[in-house]
Amino acid sequence: MKHYSAFAVAREALRYHTGWERAWRSPQPKKRYDVIIVGAGGHGLATAYYLGKNYGIQNVAVIEKGWLGGGNTGRNTTIIRSNYLQDPSAAIYEKARSLYEGLSQDLNYNVMFSPRGVMMLAQTQSEIRGYQRTAHANNLQGVTTEWISPQRVKELVPIINLDGPRYPVLGALWQARGGTARHDAVAWGYARACSAMGMDIIQQCEVNGVRTEGGNVVGVDTTKGAIDCDKLGVVVAGHTGQLAEMAGFRLPLESIALQALVSEPIKPCMDVVVMANTVHGYMSQSDKGEMVIGGGTDAFNNYTQRGSFHHIEETVRALVETFPMVSRLKMLRQWGGIVDMTGDRSPILSKTPVGGCFVNCGWGTGGFKSIPGSGWGMAQLMATGHSPLTEAFSLDRFKEGRFIDESVAAGVAH
Amino acid sequence: MLTLQCPYCGVDADETELANGGEAHLKRFGPGSDDDQFHDYLFMRENPKGVHLERWRHAAGCGKWFHAARCTMTLEVFGTYSAQVYAPPQEIKDAITTKRPGWSWREFQ
Repeated sequence: MKHYSAFAVAREALRYHTGWERAWRSPQPKKRYDVIIVGAGGHGLATAYYLGKNYGIQNVAVIEKGWLGGGNTGRNTTIIRSNYLQDPSAAIYEKARSLYEGLSQDLNYNVMFSPRGVMMLAQTQSEIRGYQRTAHANNLQGVTTEWISPQRVKELVPIINLDGPRYPVLGALWQARGGTARHDAVAWGYARACSAMGMDIIQQCEVNGVRTEGGNVVGVDTTKGAIDCDKLGVVVAGHTGQLAEMAGFRLPLESIALQALVSEPIKPCMDVVVMANTVHGYMSQSDKGEMVIGGGTDAFNNYTQRGSFHHIEETVRALVETFPMVSRLKMLRQWGGIVDMTGDRSPILSKTPVGGCFVNCGWGTGGFKSIPGSGWGMAQLMATGHSPLTEAFSLDRFKEGRFIDESVAAGVAH
Repeated sequence: MLTLQCPYCGVDADETELANGGEAHLKRFGPGSDDDQFHDYLFMRENPKGVHLERWRHAAGCGKWFHAARCTMTLEVFGTYSAQVYAPPQEIKDAITTKRPGWSWREFQ
């Protein structure tokens, strides 16, 4: 792998950019790997990366049905925050957020992490109490957040309307070190770093069977033939249920479509991320100038990757009342991603009933922000059999009643 | 927009008029059942990529609960039927078989 640097840019400029190489190889699968990760999205690639970096396990393949980062990694609204209420959530999301801070240097790939601040508006009395409670909890957890007044909100976001037609802005939970990153670059950066370690990233390769012997996983059947492995990591978000069925177990997941949309690019007008959960809209401005807008989830199970049309109206209505200036904006694109929701709206990072088979799923509507932390914890779990980051997120918590109840992740605002 | 015909009042209702009630034909387990049964009843769902049987309520209409058979990939609706049954009626099964030969959903096919 050639190192990216200012010097490399200058060198290539002098030779008409003929020296750049492909960021990752596209090899044919080998017969056998120590570890196979199914799903080359952010979480899968991060898992592979930290397996190699932290545990020296580099005989790894990452298998992807479509193209790298083409699922929810390329479909989210790129928000990064860690202001969760419950301790296990705060731990893994804060781990992720702190890893994002140094990720560009770590991967030698600019993921454009922008700690511009994330603001969650309180627009009802119960939201005030809820967010103040979260701010106190975050202080105990070592996550820096604060409760701010409506005046401070207005200073940070001049385009906001504090006295909306339905709900006034009564304050906000402010995480100054949250922000956004370039979602594609996160996947591409991890893929490049994995490939540089000798890992094989195999795209356009669908897994259609999981082979087991004596209750342990021994390999997978794919459209590019059978591949053997010692350990298997299933990191495929909304389609985890299908993979689990192949391996012979079930998961407490339901898949639904979550929408997002972007506007035409405009001049810089808002340099923080604003989430308004009561009216249900959230928005940030990308470096290109587009307003990136998170929409709603469908009310019923589906795999359509587009979402119901009326949610667009609901989302845009919420934004127009919160930011009146967006009323004249044209929308450029709208799309959906399939998110996998668990009963308690927290993820599952766990061993499974099949030996050597691990799952990382259930991130629901909030997966992007957790990619580095999720990969870090999942790699530790797969390499050593135990991780303090993932312990609370095990599959048996549903049977044991150890829920990590983050209703903040209930289909809204990520 | 998803449109379902309410089998009670006969209205073709848009999804904005309806409330989804999740998976249909769940067997309920309560006090006296073991951990596995209770866990499966509370959390395990079929979540199929394809034919799905589910509960709906005509919330902004007649208010009645009913069942629907729908494809989660294409949103194609195979039919709606009464809430008062433990299994889809034969004509619903036939309608699904016409469009999705070889389908199965839990013990039904």
